[in-house]
Amino acid sequence: MNSVITLNHIHFSYGDQPVLHDISFSLTGGIITGIIGPNGSGKSTLLKLISAIYPPVSGTIEVAGKPLSHWPRRELSQQIAVVPQDTFVPFNYTVAEIIMMGRTPYLGMFGFEKKHDIEIALSIMETTHTLNLANRYFDQLSGGERQRVLIARALVQEPKILLLDEPTTHLDINHQWEIMELVTRLNQEQQITVLMVTHDLNLASFYCQHLVLIAKGEFITEGKPKDVIQYDHLKKAYGIRPVITQHPETGDPVILHAHPSNLNQKESIHDSHQGE
Amino acid sequence: MQTIQIASQSSLKLPYHRWLIWIIVLGLLLGLAIVFSISIGTISIAPMTTFKLVCSHYLGINTATNSLPEESIILFDIRIPRVLLAVLVGFALATAGVVYQTLLRNPLADPFVIGVSSGSALGAMVAMALRINQTLWGAWGIPLFAFIGGTSTVFIILLLARNHGHFQSQSLLLAGVIVNAFFSAMIMFISTVIDPGKIQTYMFWMIGHLETVSPSMLKACYVYVIIGWIILWINSRALNALSFGEETAKQLGIPIDHIKILIFIVASLVAGAVVSVSGIIGFVGLIVPHIVRSMVGSDHRILLPCSALGGALFLVVADTIARVIISPAELPVGVITALCGAPFFIYLLRSRYWKHF
Repeated sequence: MNSVITLNHIHFSYGDQPVLHDISFSLTGGIITGIIGPNGSGKSTLLKLISAIYPPVSGTIEVAGKPLSHWPRRELSQQIAVVPQDTFVPFNYTVAEIIMMGRTPYLGMFGFEKKHDIEIALSIMETTHTLNLANRYFDQLSGGERQRVLIARALVQEPKILLLDEPTTHLDINHQWEIMELVTRLNQEQQITVLMVTHDLNLASFYCQHLVLIAKGEFITEGKPKDVIQYDHLKKAYGIRPVITQHPETGDPVILHAHPSNLNQKESIHDSHQGE
Repeated sequence: MQTIQIASQSSLKLPYHRWLIWIIVLGLLLGLAIVFSISIGTISIAPMTTFKLVCSHYLGINTATNSLPEESIILFDIRIPRVLLAVLVGFALATAGVVYQTLLRNPLADPFVIGVSSGSALGAMVAMALRINQTLWGAWGIPLFAFIGGTSTVFIILLLARNHGHFQSQSLLLAGVIVNAFFSAMIMFISTVIDPGKIQTYMFWMIGHLETVSPSMLKACYVYVIIGWIILWINSRALNALSFGEETAKQLGIPIDHIKILIFIVASLVAGAVVSVSGIIGFVGLIVPHIVRSMVGSDHRILLPCSALGGALFLVVADTIARVIISPAELPVGVITALCGAPFFIYLLRSRYWKHF
């Protein structure tokens, strides 16, 4: 098991507002890892630190054994690609233009694409089923289509590591499935290491091989889904009493709401909120 | 299925041929507009005569013409310098408009609307009040002061309108209104101090004229604008990536922190240089990039050249109209651009863009 990204004692704050406190874990190559935790726990911020948008206040992040600060930005973008949550584009770029932008780390600031770049984009557009969208404008697309286009742009960067920020939020269940099947396929067929942030515990449990649970900027636990999705851990992170059962087909843990008529349950929610 | 595949694959071919055609078409249109513009006026000169005179004047080809000597004077001392100025100003304002729109991620940004033009005008006025052009700086000094005024304005706007890295229309436009009001008061103040009783100076700066400027000043401005434009064009990919926000640009491998400041400064140089010779000509940087985007798309590698040519074309046409519409009197060209631009601005504000901002 090789570690491709290592975080050592990461601290981070926006101004004087602390966001992450002493986070350490390492990312194993070749698998799908999920970062889970409640809203505002600092999950997305963690992705921004790993993709070098912000430097950590203290602690180090190593990519392929080299500290992040020693990576030239262009070379880093050939290693790591990011699929953002959603993108707002104020101007009329076509899908093809957006996907070709993934070649930027190879072409520099004023490169012109060549045949080779087009071929890479074409094969990725086939994989991601975005070929038929090529001439559409981004703001005309549905949520699932946008997500596929953003994944395609990231893949055109030919990354070794793919970071996804809430890839299935705002999508209905068939599009969730479609995106996660695509991610799994990329992971298995092209050996791309995947790190995804999600607040969908069931999705994480089902598709990830490794989970990292954080809450309020602090590391809670990590491990295999069945070890992380445990009553005690979730209660600590979310302050609720979850009901955990098993997926009827795979045996993966599945989280359900407790029945609301349970009085103790309500009190416990109440208590934990006051505790914040 | 097979045919769909082929159809979509062919749509992904390299766009360079299409780009070249756009540049040629716009270049030809600009050439035609220039010839047309220098031919008509209070005294009209036949386009063929114009062409022959230009050939003999610049290329030394002695084409036997039966033109009058005054035609030659009108052409070379008045109309050609003026059309060269129109080309320069349109070229620069449209370029700056594209760049501000991308950097602020807002299609309403334009050097005039966000106040960069009035900041530059103030800078140029200060330079004139200090008689900079009579110092060692010569013709290079006034555009430079205008550039300092414009750049300072950009940073004021950034401070006033920035909200978590976004520039919402409301705050951007409000900041522009405030800055414009303050700077036009300052311009009024200085012009009254320098030259009491002469309201023309103030009018010149506020509405934007294309009067004749000294050849050395015109040359200096061409140098500033062309160098600035080349720097911006080289950064086309950075601008493309920046359209998606700073985070995406970084994730695509562009070291954005330095480049963004460089681009802001160079765009202000381009805008400031032409404001120092033409005053505040509004809306060129708003109308032209918007139309060009709808024709060639938003890739800056083609958007920048086409907007620059389109801006030059627009201003040459607007100035020709301004010269002939109430002939023998003349309108300032800023009147024409504002008459076109203000309704266009309202249209943009009400159109589909509005919902995003």
